[in-house]
Amino acid sequence: MSELPGDLLYTKEHEWLRREDDGSVTIGITDHAQSALGDLVYVELPEVGQDLDSGGDMAVVESVKAASDVFAPIAGNVVSVNEELSDDPEKINSDPYGDGWIVRLQPGGGDDDDLMAPDAYQTYLDELDD
Amino acid sequence: MSKKTPLYDKHVEAGARIVDFGGWDMPLHYGSQKDEHRSVRQRAGVFDVSHMTIVDLGGERTREFLRHLLANDVAKLAIRGKALYSCMLNADGGVIDDLIVYYLDDARYRLIVNAATREKDLAWIREQGGDYDIVVTERGELAMLAIQGPKARELAAPCIDAEWRQQALELKPFNGMDAGDLFIARTGYTGEDGWEIVMPASRATVAWDRLLAAGVAPCGLGARDTLRLEAAMNLYGNDMDESVSPLEAGLGWTVAWKPADRAFIGREPLEKLRGDGGLRRFVGLLLEDRGVLRDHQHIVVDNIGDGQITSGGFSPTIGRSIALARVPAGDYDRARVDIRGKLLNVRIVETPFVRNGKIRVDL
Repeated sequence: MSELPGDLLYTKEHEWLRREDDGSVTIGITDHAQSALGDLVYVELPEVGQDLDSGGDMAVVESVKAASDVFAPIAGNVVSVNEELSDDPEKINSDPYGDGWIVRLQPGGGDDDDLMAPDAYQTYLDELDD
Repeated sequence: MSKKTPLYDKHVEAGARIVDFGGWDMPLHYGSQKDEHRSVRQRAGVFDVSHMTIVDLGGERTREFLRHLLANDVAKLAIRGKALYSCMLNADGGVIDDLIVYYLDDARYRLIVNAATREKDLAWIREQGGDYDIVVTERGELAMLAIQGPKARELAAPCIDAEWRQQALELKPFNGMDAGDLFIARTGYTGEDGWEIVMPASRATVAWDRLLAAGVAPCGLGARDTLRLEAAMNLYGNDMDESVSPLEAGLGWTVAWKPADRAFIGREPLEKLRGDGGLRRFVGLLLEDRGVLRDHQHIVVDNIGDGQITSGGFSPTIGRSIALARVPAGDYDRARVDIRGKLLNVRIVETPFVRNGKIRVDL
């Protein structure tokens, strides 16, 4: 398992978030998540402009094996989606923290206490393995 | 405690993601299911299928017994080693299991049945065989490898003892032969050429190493499923089970109606179903919109009725989603599938979707 990027925050549902300079937040799924899913074949993205609730449906990632929901880790308004995933969903497998990003949100305020720093997420992953 | 095949350590060594399958610890994939799928379509892959149940039947009346037990007719098997695909039905005409039967000699036949149905199959065979003095021997000590792909036989030939090699290479499709302590058959579950080889456990690990060294890709259950789906080969438990007759599972071709006086188990209810008409269709679907068809998704045929996907997934060869489905009787070639509340368009297409590396459906 590769090292976790230090500038991201993580969720128990294996999503990552990056706070951008303009105040928006980029969201994707972690290397652990893509590895568990297997080769991705389809990604269903939300509409730009859509308001998402924290914990609500945000996207669906489908691998050769199964469909898996991706929940919005924080509330916000969708400012952009990664259209390239439509033709090349395997970008999530090959570069989960970079080209495989899924959605960019403008945070709508509210609680984000559940987000984990890299070391906390690593501990969480280690416990899952046990 | 999960069961492990003799190749379990080899799978771990090759980097397999191990999953439970019918009580067995089996490889799902070794990194990329799509790459494994592609290897089989373009070159060669090897699958450990040792979890499948091998049952040898012996006794003077074995042929007579199998003509009663199976919906297909072993009387078609005239040449030693010839294989036949058949359903084994219950008294209501539902499918207990699908299997391959090999004719070894007049008093000896070999059945290969599914792993997940092992116990009920053995119980049923023993129960029905009692009247025929059949000796039922499960060959749990044997391993089985499926080597599949256009280059499979060429790359696997060195695993066969020299004295048998040429004969093995000359086997015709759906034929098998004994080769010392190996049993080699030109069969498979991928829609590609290849062999399935039954062998002692000790030889299986040697053959595995040799095949990998020759560049044959280790392939897991994931690729096995997408390959068989593209080839439109049924999966027991998905596409048919005891509640469905072979006539509504695309397996009518495996039921031998002639001779009319062959009283195989399930014959009467099947004849009634056939006579009543209105049978549900079992069809191939191609998704015309973006998305992925999955098992159990609901199908809507406008003005006709509802159906269900029995096996669905993404076809790596076609690059689109395909499925097998049971749908209402009627003359139509379009339907819609409910995916997360949206009705997406599907087209009914001829199967197989893919055969011998080539896409067979119009896109």
